[in-house]
Amino acid sequence: MPKHAALEERLRDALGADAVVTDEAARRTYDCDGLTHYRVTPAVVVLPADAAQVQATVKICREFGVPFVARGSGTGLSGGALPVADGVLIVTSRMRRILSVDLPNGRAVVEPGVVNLAISKAVADEGYFYAPDPSSQLICSIGGNVAENSGGAHCVKYGFTVHHVTGLELCTPDGELVRLGGGLAAEAPGYDLVGVVVGSEGTLGIATKVAVKLLRSPEAVTTMLAAFRTVADAGAATSAIIAAGLTPAAAEIMDALAIRAAEKAVRCSYPEGAGAVLVVECDGPAAEVAAEQAEVVRLCHEAGAFEVRVAADADERAEIWRGRKSAFAAVGRISPNYIVQDGVIPRTALGPVLAEIDAMAGRAGIRVANVFHAGDGNLHPLVLYDAAKPGEYDAAEEVSGAILDLCVSYGGSITGEHGVGVDKATKLPRMFSPDDLDTMQLVRCAFDPHGAANPGKVFPTPRLCGESPRPRSASEMLPAGIEQW
Amino acid sequence: MVDALPALAAACGDGLARAAGPDDGVAGVPARWVAAPATAADVAAVLRVAAEHDLVVVPRGSGTKLDWGRPPSTVDVVLDTGRLSGVFAHTPGDLVATVGAGTPLRAFQEALAPAGQRLALDGATPDSTVGGALATGEAGPLRLRFGAGRDLLIGVEFARADGVLARAGGQVVKNVAGYDLGKLLCGSYGTLGIITSATFRLHPVPAARSWICRPVATPGEVRDVVADLLVAPVAPGAVEVDLPAANPAPDNGSAGSGTVAVLIEGTPDGVAARAEAVARLLGPEASTVDKPPEWWGRYPFGAGDIALKLVMPIAEQHAAVYALHDAAGVPVPVRGSAGTGVLFAALPGDTPADRVTAVLDAVRGVLVGRGGSCVVLSAPPAVRDAVDLWGPVPGLDLMRRVKDQFDPRRRLSPGRFVGGL
Repeated sequence: MPKHAALEERLRDALGADAVVTDEAARRTYDCDGLTHYRVTPAVVVLPADAAQVQATVKICREFGVPFVARGSGTGLSGGALPVADGVLIVTSRMRRILSVDLPNGRAVVEPGVVNLAISKAVADEGYFYAPDPSSQLICSIGGNVAENSGGAHCVKYGFTVHHVTGLELCTPDGELVRLGGGLAAEAPGYDLVGVVVGSEGTLGIATKVAVKLLRSPEAVTTMLAAFRTVADAGAATSAIIAAGLTPAAAEIMDALAIRAAEKAVRCSYPEGAGAVLVVECDGPAAEVAAEQAEVVRLCHEAGAFEVRVAADADERAEIWRGRKSAFAAVGRISPNYIVQDGVIPRTALGPVLAEIDAMAGRAGIRVANVFHAGDGNLHPLVLYDAAKPGEYDAAEEVSGAILDLCVSYGGSITGEHGVGVDKATKLPRMFSPDDLDTMQLVRCAFDPHGAANPGKVFPTPRLCGESPRPRSASEMLPAGIEQW
Repeated sequence: MVDALPALAAACGDGLARAAGPDDGVAGVPARWVAAPATAADVAAVLRVAAEHDLVVVPRGSGTKLDWGRPPSTVDVVLDTGRLSGVFAHTPGDLVATVGAGTPLRAFQEALAPAGQRLALDGATPDSTVGGALATGEAGPLRLRFGAGRDLLIGVEFARADGVLARAGGQVVKNVAGYDLGKLLCGSYGTLGIITSATFRLHPVPAARSWICRPVATPGEVRDVVADLLVAPVAPGAVEVDLPAANPAPDNGSAGSGTVAVLIEGTPDGVAARAEAVARLLGPEASTVDKPPEWWGRYPFGAGDIALKLVMPIAEQHAAVYALHDAAGVPVPVRGSAGTGVLFAALPGDTPADRVTAVLDAVRGVLVGRGGSCVVLSAPPAVRDAVDLWGPVPGLDLMRRVKDQFDPRRRLSPGRFVGGL
């Protein structure tokens, strides 16, 4: 009898045969997320249809003492959805219902498998949108965004997922479905558990319903592209814009190598001879945007821009963004392989940090293309290598790791939006002391004393939890059957 | 019982620990000692002494909201955070600053002002310390645009109940490394740890500001006006309402003594155009002023009142306010952030407890189906001890488990928070 036969049978009973994937070849298609050099084939894959089936799955996992990992669209870049060999992979791709849209209250409640962009699309005609816009928004799921606290190009103005999620239904690692947060309301009494679950990378349970804010679409949007001779000048322009008190909706920089890759891939026709381009977008009331646009253009020229383009319409805006949005994939045109890094520095340290990255790459004999969210100091160095050439991967890996050290040494972070996952768990101690990490894991022990939810992620060393939590008492639960939102 | 004073004095330095006086009680519970450590390490040392002697510790900033929540079951040590003050770091170019938890918000804002920056947190008690404002989750009108303290806090250092110092978050605006414990501490009423310093995302002080006011008579009218404002492309910085008790909602269509006020912030040209658009929207009775109305950002309650906080879906506020008016049977002043659905109300302090319970039941009854909460922030002891201050708390069992992990011996402000935490 196969090792997991009894587990598989229980799952089939609970979810139906078509929701349980046991065939090895089929399971292997789920062996990695967007970070493809970590691969583990899960013991079983399940595709629950709703919250009740997620709950049933987690309870069965609990009963069999096997861990589980949640996966949305699998676009994560830190291995957060990397399966566990003996565990169950819970894929939310069948949970794609937008459960309710409440425009007067500015909220939607969605299932975790709903694709990020689908929310904005559902309410665009009424003049609303969902603000967090990770680059993968065409495919990434809200459940994954909640796990990773995803950002996006516009988070410099609008904030991250945690600022836009007001309530969760969470399937706890014990298999309880719990409502957290205010939902339609701004907050609920008690600890801000939504605030700590968002960004916990699937280690505190699985979000089965997500209440998100819907914002009014801005009246006007203006997108500008400024070309500079050097990245330092582009960085200085960004600083000047921020220092002037402007709040651009996005401020993105690409360096010469990234521009070259984008030109090859999508012919974005950025100004010839640019050592860096800065894309700035402002949005809001038309009168405000007009004032901001004039100021941004002026500040870019002052910082040494040799050409500034202002998109005249939506097509031209898309044209400007095309190069930036294609940058990661485009790097494949100039290098057979590359590592996408994600680190954060204080914005004011941009110049020296980029110079040091350049020097490190030079010493290692490899190239680094830089694409970054300049408004908030979030770097995405693309470390290029050729896997076919001996030693190049190791050199790239080393530079990539050194970039994180550099970020930390400037008071920054090892991840701005991709998460720690499995990839950076061993690097977390560069930012936090053992006491810090131990304290964070008190939360883990409260939610998941058995370490069943996404084990091996985030923390380099799991904390042994003390005594089991006290048994729950029914009287503490919310009245049954009452929909809070 | 053991005299812990020498040990407390040793932990926080000579002269910084003393026997408590009558004014040091917390919500009527007398304290035994007061410790005022001057560094985070000394806060941790005080907590280690408390752990060793099994003492209950209640943190105190300016003491402006010390009577919020339930009284702690006992108070051995009042940990005064007043000496944990000062701006430790401020990089204007990064719009980030780190400040001691005992720093009054007013002093913090004054320190940021020369750089043309501010912390976009404008709760109704500016004399509150940074730590106190965070721990009670206090936010003001700017919440509509910038969120609450939890949204502006990017890094935190705090002392655990066992006297271990821990940090979470960092010094940069964008950071997803590790659990965000800062959010957990915001609004935790000092029951999980004692915040020693906080790092915030700052915002530029806007170049121009305008307030547009318009009289309103009824909660229903407020709803309609707010709905129009939130749909209009004017990006308000705040939308506040004031419904004084003198206007007990006469449903006769006459302009009452209530007011809706809208804050517009931005560039001078932008603000002028947007303020004009708001004024047009609000109709002929609207007036545009360059100063906030006198009630702006202030609570409608005073000392001795029963202070309520209502958090509701924006479009459902009128229902809760009507229920409040109807059940109270007396004029009830209501004020707050209509744009975010966070309102405050005051019941007379001499309202009998059973009457208060009836009011809470009525308002919560309306809110249960719609989402939302009605919390009693503070009340005279006779009422406070007799009513359910918090109402239903989603996720209370998980909260208990969190408390059990962070403070298993229940030494930090025990009993003050939801569910007796």
